[in-house]
Amino acid sequence: MKAFKLHNPTDLESALALLDTPEARSGATRVLAGGQDLLTEMKEHLAEPDALVNLKHIPGLDQVHAGADGSLEIGALCTLAALEEHAEVAQRLPALAQAAGVVASAQIRSQATLGGNLNQRPRCWYFRSEHAPCLKKGGTECFSYGGMSKYNAILGGGPSYIVHPSDLAPALVALGASAEIVSAKGSRTVALEKYFTLPSESDVKRETVLQPGEILRRVLVPAPAANTRSSYTKFREKGSFDFALASVALALVLEGGTIRSSRVVLGGVAPIPWRSKAAEAALEGGQPSRALFEKAAAASVRGAEALAHNGYKVPLAKGLVIRALEELCA
Amino acid sequence: MRVLHLKVNGDDLEVAAPDHWTLLEVLRYRLGLTGSKQGCDKGDCGACTVLLEGKPVLACMTLAGNAQGRAITTIEGLMPAHIARGGSGPDPIQAAFDRCGALQCGFCQPGMILSARALLDRNQAPTRAQIREALSGNLCRCTGYTQIFEAVELAVAESLGVAPAPRAWEAPLAESRAARGES
Repeated sequence: MKAFKLHNPTDLESALALLDTPEARSGATRVLAGGQDLLTEMKEHLAEPDALVNLKHIPGLDQVHAGADGSLEIGALCTLAALEEHAEVAQRLPALAQAAGVVASAQIRSQATLGGNLNQRPRCWYFRSEHAPCLKKGGTECFSYGGMSKYNAILGGGPSYIVHPSDLAPALVALGASAEIVSAKGSRTVALEKYFTLPSESDVKRETVLQPGEILRRVLVPAPAANTRSSYTKFREKGSFDFALASVALALVLEGGTIRSSRVVLGGVAPIPWRSKAAEAALEGGQPSRALFEKAAAASVRGAEALAHNGYKVPLAKGLVIRALEELCA
Repeated sequence: MRVLHLKVNGDDLEVAAPDHWTLLEVLRYRLGLTGSKQGCDKGDCGACTVLLEGKPVLACMTLAGNAQGRAITTIEGLMPAHIARGGSGPDPIQAAFDRCGALQCGFCQPGMILSARALLDRNQAPTRAQIREALSGNLCRCTGYTQIFEAVELAVAESLGVAPAPRAWEAPLAESRAARGES
């Protein structure tokens, strides 16, 4: 790892000021939270910042506030272990607690943060290899297209075919969360669904709307409507810790045996958490049944285009949607 | 270079290290505590697992500066801590690993034992499934894990004062003895 200077600000204003310089904006300064992704990027020479702004010494950034109305404000520095164990999160937002509990290993969950999980970089092996000058690193080609594509996108791909690696992102999009972003210039709030960007929509080298100088401050989750159920179902290649081959986050309102509304968000299949409005439309007003779930599952992967080695993700994602719906409606 | 104040295995230590050094590098190359292993050095293998305030973390993925002011426990600290609590000899998990043959090369053992220690400190009677989950961030390339799970179960059984579950090799051994007419 290249040597860097570690700044340890003790208030948010100082941290934002450190990020508000031309040098910092050029990428020479990075934000450090749990470090569980950033340090791997640095050790693999994908990122070689001159300085890190450590957010760990700023009080309050890891706090979870449960609103009287049932909403939750979760500080970006909240660890995944704390999120998994938080009573109100488990009670109000099962999808989020379940997602936090299946990220990586216990060691990593002790340190990894909500903000870091949402802002982690892709795991595509071409991107992670310092020797592969791929599109996301400023090259001209996405090597997974025509290369080894087993773990790449079946939906929303092009010109880059990475998948977003976060487990929390699909769960939070399903729960209708939004992101509060702060910088030295002020703050803005973005629906989490709009926080993640397709490679075709913006700079192919980025995955989110977060700009240089900005910090993800907290995530706001509205109170779920009455009779809401939610879950996160993840399929991994190995039984111990791993990223998702595919996953599905569900939030649905089930009243009197009828699905009044739903959100269906796939993980591990697209460069962003992939919300399927077609699957949601298929479920709306329906009564839980195998036939309905199969219809929703087919709709969830509508438009999927497999690369050479990831065609298995289409039936896998469909199977996960059916399984998750069966379990959630049981 | 910066002077860090670290609390390692109950001792308050001052140590100088560059900002970009990890806790693992400081433990091994400044303090000589080489029990924590440098395996993959990027968060995949768990061989560098130490406890921070009792929770398992990867020392290779922790900047040394961020470990200041928090109680760090390495494998070297387990036996002294056990003795300080009135026990004798190594930590019961260490002793159980020895008796169950829960190692071959031994490289993963410090991390395994610390992950197990963190589990037993919060759950005195874990199930096999809970043990497997708690140790799932620690890779072992020798044992096939069975003896490791049995060692943790033996430590649990002894601390609860109950008989340990039969080990995987006991039934086949009894069968082959019976087939040979031995008792």
